[in-house]
Amino acid sequence: MTVESMPASIRKNAIVLGLFAAITVAIVALIQQGTANRIDTAREQAQLQALAEILPAGSYNNNLLDNSLQLDDPMLGNRNPEPAYLALLDGQPSAIILQATAPDGYSGSIRLLIGILTDGSLAGVRVLEHKETPGLGDKIETTKSGWIYSFNGKSLSNTTNEHWAVKKDRGEFDQFAGATITPRVVVKAVHKALQYFDANQEQLFAAAYAQNLPENQP
Amino acid sequence: MSVNYKELTINGLWKNNPGLVQLLGLCPLMGTSNSTVNALGLGIATLLVLACSNAAVSLIRHAVTPAIRLPVFVMIIAALTTCIELLMQAYTYQLYMILGVFIPLITTNCIILGRAEAFAAKNNVVSATYDGFIMGLGFALVLLVIGMVRELLGTGMLFANMQLLLGPLAADWQWVVFENYQGFLLAILPPGAFLVMGLLIALKNHIDDWVLARQPAVAPISTAADRRVRVTGVVE
Repeated sequence: MTVESMPASIRKNAIVLGLFAAITVAIVALIQQGTANRIDTAREQAQLQALAEILPAGSYNNNLLDNSLQLDDPMLGNRNPEPAYLALLDGQPSAIILQATAPDGYSGSIRLLIGILTDGSLAGVRVLEHKETPGLGDKIETTKSGWIYSFNGKSLSNTTNEHWAVKKDRGEFDQFAGATITPRVVVKAVHKALQYFDANQEQLFAAAYAQNLPENQP
Repeated sequence: MSVNYKELTINGLWKNNPGLVQLLGLCPLMGTSNSTVNALGLGIATLLVLACSNAAVSLIRHAVTPAIRLPVFVMIIAALTTCIELLMQAYTYQLYMILGVFIPLITTNCIILGRAEAFAAKNNVVSATYDGFIMGLGFALVLLVIGMVRELLGTGMLFANMQLLLGPLAADWQWVVFENYQGFLLAILPPGAFLVMGLLIALKNHIDDWVLARQPAVAPISTAADRRVRVTGVVE
């Protein structure tokens, strides 16, 4: 059937439908153009806010998002390469924020942000994403309980390897009533990330220095 | 066709309420009613899409033939939802992250296509927009009530995290109603949505019965029930 032999109604409908598709796409494209910048800013703000919560105020003065590198190491447990953010104070490394994943949560992976100071102690840990049971395992969120703050200041030197565990496993960290698996795997993931940092500290900060070079010493 | 705005209002908010009587759009109603801020966020988004889509559908009602009206309506609704999604991303980013998939799912909310089909396609722009607004308001109010009840029962608080929607001014709106509340998990979990929803429908029917019993002389006004598939109220 050629276009000419089509009944007029089909032709008309097709044209109207195509016209509407074009108009709606144009409207969406217009709105997208108009909001793209704001969305980028909002996303960056949200990220920065999450990162800034981990590090002590005044411990860095760079834009964390500008100094990042992609890390891919089995010790971090991430499925894909994830960015690590380098905190610099007057051009000198002061801390790093790693993304790690505890793949063995009670229901799926738990994604973590882990801030480590140059002396190897934890600046803080936050949960980025999890699917743990509401009311039981979700106490790892700062809005539900202060448990995650118990990592602050911990390091490989002030807490021996055996103590990187929940109390039920003779470790130092509290478990939750009714949920042992969640805190157990979070402790394990943070411990592994610290060990990774310990083994690779020099390369990580060398990368920070190399990244920062062109800006400070033109 | 002359339009009675008073009747439209009563229909949208009470008599033919999309959430309590038509039982349309239950998935987002259940999914996002676990806190006041989530409920309000989705309620407003749905209201905006509904009012705008009704207006747009009414504007183009003479240009489309019946054969292609459904695809055209769906296209309009999808485009509007995408616009709302982009705007929420730009202005209320954190709330957008929490509501997640429920924002794009507004497209598939049956209330919206339902009102486009049943009302906007047959009426002028002003009354269609008003119908969309009032139906959206009826839906948003039900969502809000369920959200508040669930938040109160579940956490003992009200209006927590309102700053996600209303900006930093609302940061200290959080109102701890019950001190040292242990939390009632069931209310926050999905079963809580069904229970609160059921109780709300029962309450509405009870009030209707009570009103009817007090005014036996008033003859019931018949409503067009032709397109309603599932109803909990009495279809006259």
